[in-house]
Amino acid sequence: MYDIIIIGAGPAGISAAIYAKRAGTNVLVLDNDNSELIKAHKIDNYYGFPEGISGSTLYDNGIQQAKNLEIDLKKEAVLNIKMNENMCYDVKTSDNIYTSDSVIFATGTKKAKPLIKGLNEFEGKGISYCAICDGFFYRKKDVVIIGDGDYALSEASDLVNIVNSITILTNGKEPGFENCNYKVDKRPITSINGDMKVEEIEFSDGSTLKTDGIFIAIGSAGASDFAKKMGIMTNNDNIKVNEHMETNIKGVYACGNITGGLLQVNKAVYEGAVAGLSAANYIKAKRKGA
Amino acid sequence: MEVLKLTTANFEETILKADKTAIVDFYADWCGPCKMQSPIIDKIAKEHDELVVGKLNVDDNGEIAVKYGVMSIPTLLIIKNGEIKKQFVGLTDESDILKEI
Ligand SMILES: Cc1cc2nc3c(=O)[nH]c(=O)nc-3n(C[C@H](O)[C@H](O)[C@H](O)COP(=O)(O)OP(=O)(O)OC[C@H]3O[C@@H](n4cnc5c(N)ncnc54)[C@H](O)[C@@H]3O)c2cc1C
Repeated sequence: MYDIIIIGAGPAGISAAIYAKRAGTNVLVLDNDNSELIKAHKIDNYYGFPEGISGSTLYDNGIQQAKNLEIDLKKEAVLNIKMNENMCYDVKTSDNIYTSDSVIFATGTKKAKPLIKGLNEFEGKGISYCAICDGFFYRKKDVVIIGDGDYALSEASDLVNIVNSITILTNGKEPGFENCNYKVDKRPITSINGDMKVEEIEFSDGSTLKTDGIFIAIGSAGASDFAKKMGIMTNNDNIKVNEHMETNIKGVYACGNITGGLLQVNKAVYEGAVAGLSAANYIKAKRKGA
Repeated sequence: MEVLKLTTANFEETILKADKTAIVDFYADWCGPCKMQSPIIDKIAKEHDELVVGKLNVDDNGEIAVKYGVMSIPTLLIIKNGEIKKQFVGLTDESDILKEI
């Protein structure tokens, strides 16, 4: 059991971890090495580096700084988060389930949606982003999951006892998992067709696949995926927060690129600090109340 | 006004034949984001007497959900004179809902 679980070890997540830890809380950081910083060849505009610094060095330095403060940091991808009956959060990763009183999203921005014709048009009309919410509508039906990693398998596990069949469509990608119990089709997808609702998927080779529903679980789960499942308010896939970096759910915070605005390191560091302190204050208030 | 409990039996009378604009919240008890939508709907009902506001449990009233093509929850419908004016899929903020009234 942790006080605070922080998802993401980029500038926002590490900054949140440092402030929360120094405020006397017990923190776990989960990360899957996908920070935007790693892709930034050189950061020239961040305070205190007159010659600039490579993004990947800045990222590694941040992680080292957290380790020096004895912050727990694990390289595991988060697949799912659920509020349990004790009003705590169960955070499921590829390997474990961790529990905490508070969660901070510092997951950065997820890559843009793939360009598949019909993807936006059929949202809510056969396209779903939440297996646990919408599986019910597909009882005994044939569905597909568009995805390529453990997150797709995690969504499949929420559907398998409800639907008739599941096919995983990787849309041209090599699957990130070794083997699985579902049919996997790797062909690139060009469009989703239907009249009032989803009826079929069209592949680049011109052939089609009839389907009753499409669940989207591309790559690893991003904060907007978690938000859709938990009922966190978003705005164009950015998480809505107040000046304390609080979301509409008690004990859940967000910081960095995922809240939108200026997509830069300095803003991620600032928001991380605020989120870390807000979460620590929440934990202290909760301890007093308990 | 109070939020109405909608059913297959009362949907036509309370929503389709209403002389006010209606908001319908399609939900289920097992749906996480629906729990966050619910208080927003309660607040709108309380503060807007000029609207008819109701919640429909899709578990118990599947026919209505099917009729309106609801395949994702929460879904909100704004209905005027028996016709759908707007559909929101997923958790939706009070201000976004009221903008469409
Ligand atoms: C090419 C390039 C150049 C840039 N140049 C500059 C610059 O010069 N100056 C500047 O200020 N900014 C620059 N930026 C932007 C800067 O990198 C970002 O604003 C900053 O990294 C955002 O920090 P963050 O912590 O919000 O997100 P990120 O740094 O993206 O970190 C998010 C972390 O969350 C983890 N994560 C996400 N989902 C999960 C999950 N499901 N489970 C576990 N972990 C997860 C990821 O692995 C990642 O490590 C640049 C970005 C790019 C791509």
